[in-house]
Amino acid sequence: MTGFLIQGVSVLGASASDLVIRDGFVVAAADGTEDVVDGSGLVALPGLVDLHTHLREPGREDAETVETGSRAAALGGYTAVFAMANTSPVADTAGVVEQVWRLGREAGLVDVQPIGAVTVGLAGKQLAELGAMATSAAGVRIFSDDGFCVADPRLMRRALEYVKAFDGIIAQHAEEPRLTEGAQMHEGEVSTRLGLTGWPAVAEEAIIARDVLLAEHVGSRLHVCHVSTAGSVEVLRQAKARGVRVTAEVTPHHLLLTDELAASYDPVYKVNPPLRTASDVAALRQALVDGVIDVVATDHAPHAVEDKECEWAYARPGMLGLETALSIVLSVLGERWDLIADRMSRTPARIAGLDGHGTDLAVGSPANLTLVDPSARRVVDPAELASRSRNTPYSGTTLPGRIVATFLRGEPTVLDGKAVK
Amino acid sequence: MIKHLRSAADLDLATATLILDTAGEMAALAGREVKKLPTLRGRTVVNLFYEDSTRTRISFEAAAKRLSADVINFSAKGSSVSKGESLKDTALTLQAMGADAVVIRHSASGAPHRLASWVDGSVINAGDGTHEHPTQALLDAFTMRSRLGRLAGLRVAIVGDVLHSRVARSNVLLLTTLGAHVTLVGPPTLVPRDIAAALSPATKVSYDLDSVLPDMDVVMMLRVQTERMQDSYFPSAREYSRRYGLDLARMRKLPEHAIVMHPGPMNRGMEITPEVADSSRSTIVEQVANGVSARMAVLYLLLGGKA
Repeated sequence: MTGFLIQGVSVLGASASDLVIRDGFVVAAADGTEDVVDGSGLVALPGLVDLHTHLREPGREDAETVETGSRAAALGGYTAVFAMANTSPVADTAGVVEQVWRLGREAGLVDVQPIGAVTVGLAGKQLAELGAMATSAAGVRIFSDDGFCVADPRLMRRALEYVKAFDGIIAQHAEEPRLTEGAQMHEGEVSTRLGLTGWPAVAEEAIIARDVLLAEHVGSRLHVCHVSTAGSVEVLRQAKARGVRVTAEVTPHHLLLTDELAASYDPVYKVNPPLRTASDVAALRQALVDGVIDVVATDHAPHAVEDKECEWAYARPGMLGLETALSIVLSVLGERWDLIADRMSRTPARIAGLDGHGTDLAVGSPANLTLVDPSARRVVDPAELASRSRNTPYSGTTLPGRIVATFLRGEPTVLDGKAVK
Repeated sequence: MIKHLRSAADLDLATATLILDTAGEMAALAGREVKKLPTLRGRTVVNLFYEDSTRTRISFEAAAKRLSADVINFSAKGSSVSKGESLKDTALTLQAMGADAVVIRHSASGAPHRLASWVDGSVINAGDGTHEHPTQALLDAFTMRSRLGRLAGLRVAIVGDVLHSRVARSNVLLLTTLGAHVTLVGPPTLVPRDIAAALSPATKVSYDLDSVLPDMDVVMMLRVQTERMQDSYFPSAREYSRRYGLDLARMRKLPEHAIVMHPGPMNRGMEITPEVADSSRSTIVEQVANGVSARMAVLYLLLGGKA
């Protein structure tokens, strides 16, 4: 195993210093055998951790595979991603989560940690074998029916209780299904003008309000996926103030984009939950800074071209995120490196109970890190993305920051801005 | 001249007025023995209909034929569309055939916008989902102007299922552009609360039809689908017609000169009683005739520049 001497790098915005990694860990001093990386002008962050990624394998390998998604993640500065369970077959058994976990280890670009389905087939009727997934080689700790809400309150209560036995956590896709039948975009002025069925904010807020009460009642942990409304932020703020063990994530796109983009009827802007209004965006940004929202998670959702080059109503919801997330967060938060490390690495690793990730780059720490050039600017070209899909909403947009290198346990997955394999 | 007619918002006052004036000239032709103009000879107009709509398709077909265009009717049934061909592939096929204009009716809102990004010809929206139906608004405005002599300052009530109505959206936009004052009337479940902010801030909303009628020059009844009842937008057809249906007693509350419109097809007995639909105030049959003139004007002006 080789070592790397990263010269003159700024760790989390501190003044430039040398950073040495060897045999998978950060070490105190170079011994002369290391490869040298010029770190001048670069900022070192602990490797990013994404709690919400769709890798599409098994089932939709035409849209993404574990390998292509892992490469996209590494290029985005990630060293660990949590793969959502809505594959085909659904990741609702030990067999499927082990398959995904093994594919991730074979690709070797990021640690792929499978998320298990809460219910069999994501159908919301019957608990999946959560314990079997927890004790499998994949060691599942996060369970989610993402894409669907665990809408049945009794089933949600049971799930929250059951996973306490192995320190699991339920990640809820908060969407009251009866309030969103046929929904196409945020319910508001724009949906009224465009004649697209609305997805009302209250459909998210009502579920979060219910779930924080359930989590409080049974003393369990709850994680809320992709919070998208100002009202949800207020529900979370109050729950946290009461001491409810709830954590929440926001996506980069909900921190930046608004429902006005739907006016083009271009389904690249169709996503679930939908893009909201400018005042929601402002509330989400503030909540992320305040810590009411704990983490940024991408909800990276690759889709094949034919699932987006069609009528809005027929298109699948979702957008790519892994390769642009840090740039979006940089443009939203500015160069607040410690805050970024907290929201994109330390806290997601802690929520997931993921050892070896999200640790600061002190001597003896696992060498999971990424190097960012904050002064670089790039124009997003969908054709250049490592993802197998092209559904980025940022095509042609100039974004700040570029990932120069990423290391997973001391081995480079990205060097000079290119994936090493 | 604009290239596409996807929304009534594509029309400014000058353009809308030009279309209505041109429609007037086209209507004059209809009284002649030979109704045909050679204007669009050699041009191809495709009627691309993903929803059944005999009346709108026939209206566009008659309009294009009176202008001597070649007309291709492409309906979703019995074509490759029913075998799952995508809108994009269909668009590329029409493009390869050299369609100068594509008239599209589709159940998905925004389908004309998507189509316009894939074809070089003009795209005319003949009704997209619950979004818009701009040529219906043009023929409605033409009918109002013919009957009442003006549009500026007219007070128009649009009554019924505004939420799901493409006719209502296009009419609010166009009538506002033309200087009319629109009041939307219906149960709160079927009139979005942000409709004025969404379309035109001057639009008024009322939930009480009786109080609105005495001030109106025009009352336009929208078709209300009885299926909405299953989804609890209103309790029953009977209660709906009692509160929002136009019967003779309500019609008498209108000023003497006021007219009654309906885009069709009607649910007689639901939103409008037969006596009202067949009364001398009703313009329902006229609207159909005016539809051909308005669509001739649109095709003529959108394609005319390239002749």
